[in-house]
Amino acid sequence: MGNKIIELKNISKDYDVRVLNKINLYVNENEFLTLLGPSGCGKTTTLRILGGFEYPTEGDLFFDGKNINNVPPYKRQINTVFQKYALFPHLNIYENIAFGLRIKKTGDGIIKEEVKRMLKLVNLEGFENREIDSLSGGQQQRIAIARALVNKPKVLLLDEPLGALDLKLRKEMQLELKHMQREVGITFVYVTHDQEEALTMSDTVVVMNNGEIQQIGTPVDIYNEPENAFVADFIGESNIIDGIMNEDYLVTFLGRTFKCVDYGFPRNENIHVVLRPEDIVMVPENEGYIKGTVTSTIFKGVHYEMIVNVGTFEILVQSTYQSSVDDRVGLKFTPDDIHIMSKETWSE
Amino acid sequence: MNKKQKFFAYPYVIWMFIFIVLPIVLVFLYSITTKEVNNIKTINFTLNNYKLFFDPLYIGVTIRSINLALVSTILCLVLGYPIAYIISKIHSKHRNTVLLLFILPMWMNMLLRTYAWMTILGNNGIINNFLNMLGLPSIRLLYNNSSIIIGMVYNFLPFMVLPIYTALSKMDQHLVEASHDLGADNRTTFLKVILPLSLPGVISGIIMVFMPAVSSFVIPRLLGGNRSLYIGTLIENLFLVTGDWNFGSAVAIMMMLIILVSMSILNRFDVDKEGSGSNLW
Repeated sequence: MGNKIIELKNISKDYDVRVLNKINLYVNENEFLTLLGPSGCGKTTTLRILGGFEYPTEGDLFFDGKNINNVPPYKRQINTVFQKYALFPHLNIYENIAFGLRIKKTGDGIIKEEVKRMLKLVNLEGFENREIDSLSGGQQQRIAIARALVNKPKVLLLDEPLGALDLKLRKEMQLELKHMQREVGITFVYVTHDQEEALTMSDTVVVMNNGEIQQIGTPVDIYNEPENAFVADFIGESNIIDGIMNEDYLVTFLGRTFKCVDYGFPRNENIHVVLRPEDIVMVPENEGYIKGTVTSTIFKGVHYEMIVNVGTFEILVQSTYQSSVDDRVGLKFTPDDIHIMSKETWSE
Repeated sequence: MNKKQKFFAYPYVIWMFIFIVLPIVLVFLYSITTKEVNNIKTINFTLNNYKLFFDPLYIGVTIRSINLALVSTILCLVLGYPIAYIISKIHSKHRNTVLLLFILPMWMNMLLRTYAWMTILGNNGIINNFLNMLGLPSIRLLYNNSSIIIGMVYNFLPFMVLPIYTALSKMDQHLVEASHDLGADNRTTFLKVILPLSLPGVISGIIMVFMPAVSSFVIPRLLGGNRSLYIGTLIENLFLVTGDWNFGSAVAIMMMLIILVSMSILNRFDVDKEGSGSNLW
């Protein structure tokens, strides 16, 4: 790692409206980078610019240090796994995978070997002569990955490749993709709107919204230290509460002052406090920092999800213990659980 | 299918029987009987009508017709494929307008459209008038094979364009992107992806042009004059001028066979196995 293989500098893209605004981003070699965001946030456009299917309106795109703004897709050492697979229906599986090699005029013997190796990699050995429409969605997806990887690209782009699969298969494929990425050792740029998928697989997550990057970081950073309310809201569920930063390590919200681990804000700055529902502990009323009434309880499988009305705010709490509606409860959390975000980065 | 639904199909079955099956049976019956008989009791079977068809004169007519139809079909394909390709690439806002312009002439009677060509190509037609205006001598444009081919290509071109256009516009654009992505430039992408995937449309187009072209009698009659016979004009002559319905029927049956055989040969090239192809019919 460490070598920048792709770099986007001030990339913007306009259709009728601006869909990407000044994207600055780099991708390291052998990195698994995920572009994460709601639909319409510009993540797919970014990927299409990387693949060469769209050209940026402004800005520069570098690959291995060279500007590739005007390089057509067929001259880039980048391959794509398309959202709907885009396998060639008139070719069988062998010919689909061999497509890229045939264009490079690779010898038949090598093609045969490579196709076999790829089918083994995606766990579909012996499928050479099958037709495309005889495969399930998951199998077609694997063929699409094999067809891209056989060209030994430096970067593989994946556009929501697991979107059409059911939950169980998706979970399996997530692990397999991560495994494949380590095995072949190439850079993956992955697009998804599924935050869990992004956190599971990525080395780096890029959260996007409204054509702008909201935060870049490791999955742990993104989850624990969201930089603004959008990220906090989009990554998992969270309580976003108005507060005032009295001084370093001291914050007031919901009518009380708490110790925290954040610093560097101006005195008495208005800020947002993020409290993750799973970080809040429910205790008997007199032991809690904040007291309130349970207004709803939902069973979620692993845990219960409860809403506690604390007078001016409703706080979402996840706990393995159930409280009944109308119970009076206290809420506790540690200074570590309080995340402070400045209000300027609020972007919605 | 339940009984009620079957019941709804009966009118169509009856229609098919009266207007499609019965006429073919009658034509076939005429083709294997002798002329003298018009009484069911004294019916007289013969294969002479078919034997006569294999006379070099009529074989020549058949070959000439097939040749002409083939040339017209190839020209339609060469002209029609790029047109269909361009239309499929036009921005969707204007696409229907352009498509309409192509279909619009089909709303007019074919006879009128063919007559129009007579006034364009004729000795005192638009082209020759223009040449005379420039001081050039008139050229003979009408009543030869070229004028027939022009008429056929003009009349049947939409039948080539439409199925190819349908096949092209139905094609997933991501396949083209995937091909580019895998290293194929525009030319290779066309040859390895676009062309094979539009083949069902091409085959429909060929069938839909070849069929009417081989049997057409209006176009050879109007634009080809009376100088040489084609299979369509031959049948017309036998029925309406000579009154030899029996031989006429035999020629008609032979023509149906020729079309049937050429269609089944073409269908072998159809890559679209599900039959969900771009047939317009």
